[in-house]
Amino acid sequence: MQVKAAARTAPPHRSPPERRIRPRRTPARRWTWTSRKAQGLAYAAPTAVFVTVFFVLPLLLVGQMSLSDWPLLTGDRGVNAPENYADAADSTLFWPAVRFTLLYTLLVTAVLLALALLLALLVQEFRPGAGFFRTVYFLPSALGLASASLLFWGLYSPTTGPLSGILESLGLVDDPVSFLGTSTSALLSTVFLIVWKFAGFYMLILLVGLQRIPHEVFEAARMDGASRGQIFRSITLPLLRPSLALCLLLCVTGSLLAFDQFFILTKGGPDNSTVTVVQLIYREAFQRLNLGTAAALSIIVLVVLLLLNVLQFRGLRRADES
Amino acid sequence: MGSTAGPLGHTRRLVTGAVALLAAASLVTACGSGEDDSGGGEGGGGAANATGTDDGAKLTMWTRAATRPQSEALVKAYNASHNNEIELTVVPTDDYQAKVGAAAGSKDLPDLFASDVVFVPNYTSSGLFADITGRVDALPFADKLAQSHIKAGTYEDKKYVVPHTLDLSVLFYNKELYKQARLDPEKPPISLSEWDQQARAVDALGKGVNGTFFGGNCGGCGVFTWWPSIWAAGDEVLNKEGTEAELSSDTAKKVYDTYRGWVDDDIVAPGARDETGTTWTGVFPKGKVGVMPMPSTTLGLMPKDLDLGVAPIPGPDGGKSTFVGGDAIGISATSKSADQAWNFLAWSLGDKAQVDVVAANKDVVARTDLASNKYSDADPRLVTINELVTDGHTPYALRFGQTFNDPNGPWLTLMRNAVFGDGSKIEKGNEAVTASLAD
Repeated sequence: MQVKAAARTAPPHRSPPERRIRPRRTPARRWTWTSRKAQGLAYAAPTAVFVTVFFVLPLLLVGQMSLSDWPLLTGDRGVNAPENYADAADSTLFWPAVRFTLLYTLLVTAVLLALALLLALLVQEFRPGAGFFRTVYFLPSALGLASASLLFWGLYSPTTGPLSGILESLGLVDDPVSFLGTSTSALLSTVFLIVWKFAGFYMLILLVGLQRIPHEVFEAARMDGASRGQIFRSITLPLLRPSLALCLLLCVTGSLLAFDQFFILTKGGPDNSTVTVVQLIYREAFQRLNLGTAAALSIIVLVVLLLLNVLQFRGLRRADES
Repeated sequence: MGSTAGPLGHTRRLVTGAVALLAAASLVTACGSGEDDSGGGEGGGGAANATGTDDGAKLTMWTRAATRPQSEALVKAYNASHNNEIELTVVPTDDYQAKVGAAAGSKDLPDLFASDVVFVPNYTSSGLFADITGRVDALPFADKLAQSHIKAGTYEDKKYVVPHTLDLSVLFYNKELYKQARLDPEKPPISLSEWDQQARAVDALGKGVNGTFFGGNCGGCGVFTWWPSIWAAGDEVLNKEGTEAELSSDTAKKVYDTYRGWVDDDIVAPGARDETGTTWTGVFPKGKVGVMPMPSTTLGLMPKDLDLGVAPIPGPDGGKSTFVGGDAIGISATSKSADQAWNFLAWSLGDKAQVDVVAANKDVVARTDLASNKYSDADPRLVTINELVTDGHTPYALRFGQTFNDPNGPWLTLMRNAVFGDGSKIEKGNEAVTASLAD
C-alpha cells in the first residue's frame, strides 16, 4: 500500500515521452530521364541483353520443353504436361541418383571445407616458403575439371595406370587395386579427385577471409592469455563465417550439379552406383533421346537449387548482420 | 541490406515489358520449331542412278572415332581420284549419338553420316536418312552386299544405308603363349568349353600371363563378344521385331557361367571388372593374354612381332558365329547434294575401293563376293574373318542404344550380375531389358 501511496505522492522518474515518428509520406518521386540515368542504363544494357538472350530465353524454352513431348530426333511435339515430370520421378534411377548426389555433396563439402581451412591456416602467415605452398595448393585449380578427370582416370586405370603398380611395388597391396571397381571405391576415388582439384581454390577464398580479420584482435586475445584453440573457436571461426558461408554455397551448388568427373571416371558405374542427377538428365536427353523428360528433370533441379541458394543466402546475410 | 534497385518507373516497366515480349516471342518460335520435322528422306531424291554425280561438289561427312582409320582411308582415296571433295569429321564414339541427335534437331546434319550399325534402326525410323532404295537396287552387286547391314538399314521396305566399315567379333589367340602352354597353336578352340580349357592352360603359365580378358563394365563389348556364343548354338537373343529379350535362355546362362568361372578363378587379366570399353582392345597387343574375343578391325593395328591366330567365336558345345558390327552409312535426309553423296557411296562399294583400300588395310570387305581377294588370300586370317560375314548377325532393335550401349542401361546390369554377382537375377534382368526395348 505504501508503495502505492509513494507511487502516488512521488511520481516515478519518467523518461521523456517517446515521440512517435510517423513515417512521412514522401511524394512519389517521378522518374525523370537524366543523362546520369541514361548512362546507367547504357552500362547495364549489354549485360541485360546477354542475360536475356543466354539465360532468360533458354530458361523459358526449357520450361516449355518440360511441358511438351520433345524427342531429340524427330516426332510430334505435342503437350505432355504432367507426364514428363511424372516420368522423371518414375525412373528407376531417379531416387538412387538423388540419394547418391546428396551423399556425394555431403562428403565433398565436409572434406573439402575442412581441408581448405587447414591449408589456409597453414599458409596464412608470411613465412619462408608460404608463397610457394600457396601456389602449389592452388595449382590444380588451374586445370579444367574434364582434363583433371581424364588425368585421374589414367592414373586409376588398372590396365594402363601406374598407381596400382606403385602400390604393389611398395608392398602396400598384394593384388591390383580396382580404384573404380566397387561403389565405395568409385565414390572415394572421385571425392579424392575433387578435393585435390578444388581444395586450393577454396583455400584462396578462406585466406582472403582470414586476412580481413584485423591483426589486433588476435594480439588482444593473446594478451588476454587465450590459447590457440580458444582463439580459433572464439575469433577465427566467427569472423571467418562470411567466407565459410560463401565456400559452402559454391561447394554445395557445384556438388549438386556434379557431372564431368563421374561421366569420365565412372560413367555412373559400377552397377549404377554413382549416377548423379545431372547424369540422369544427360542420359534422358542423349541416350533415351527424350528432351521433354530431361527438361522436366532440369526444372526440378533448378527449383531445388534455387530454394537451397535462397536458404543459404539468408544464412549468409544473418551471419553478416550478426 | 538495402535494395539497389530504384523505384519502378516508366522506363523499367518498358524494359520489363520488352523482356516479356521477347520471352513470348521465344515461346512462339519454340512452338513453331516443331513444324516440318518429319524428315521424310527427300534428300535422296532424284532418279535412281548407279554412279551418282562427280561434278566437284564439296560434301561433308561424319564418322565415329571407333572406325576412323577405315573411313579416313576411303575418303582419302576418293578425294584423290574424284572431282567431288569430302570433308570428313571424326566424332568421339561416346558423343556420336548426342551429336547426331542435336544436329538432326537443328537440321544441321552433314551430307553423309556413318553410324554404328546398331543405332541405324533408330535413325531410319526417325527419318534422318534419305531413301536410297532405287540407288542400292541398281548396283550390279546389290545382293552381294553384307545383308545384315542392309537389313538393319531397311525400314518399312525402304533401304536407307549401305555397309561402310565392317567390324566382326572374332577370337584372337597368342600362338607364342599357346606353344609355351603346350597347346597346338594351329588348333584354336572350337567350343566354349575348349576355349575355357585353353584359357586356363595359358593362365597356368603365371608370370603376369592371363588366360583371357573382356570388358566387364561395357555393355557394347558384352553384346559384341558374348552374343555370338549364343547365336553359334542356334539360339536368338532378341525377337524379330527387337522388342523382347531372350537373354535368360539355357544357352545364355551357360555362356555367363563360363565367364563367371574365369572371374572366380582369376583367369581374367586385371581390370576386366572396371573396363568400360576404352582400353579393352589395348590388353591383347601387350602379349600377355592367351585368347580373347576382339574386333576384327584391330587386326591391322596389331604389333608386327605378335604371332597371333584368328578363329570364329564358338558356342558352348560348338558352332560358330560373329557379331557383324561396324558402321553403315547413308545420305542425310536434308542433304542438297544427294547425287554427289551417292557417287561416293557407290564408289566405296566398288571392286577397286573394296580390294585396294579396305582389303589392303586388312579390314573386312563389305561384299561377300570379294571375301577372297589378292590381299586376303595372302593372309588366311583375313579369309577366316571375311567368310564369317555370312554366319554373322546384326541385332535389330529401335531402342538398342538405350538398352545395350547405355552404361546405365539394363543390359549392363544383367551382364555384371551374371558374371561378377551370383547370377541369381538373370530372369529379372531379362525382364528389365525387354521393358527397355519396348519403352
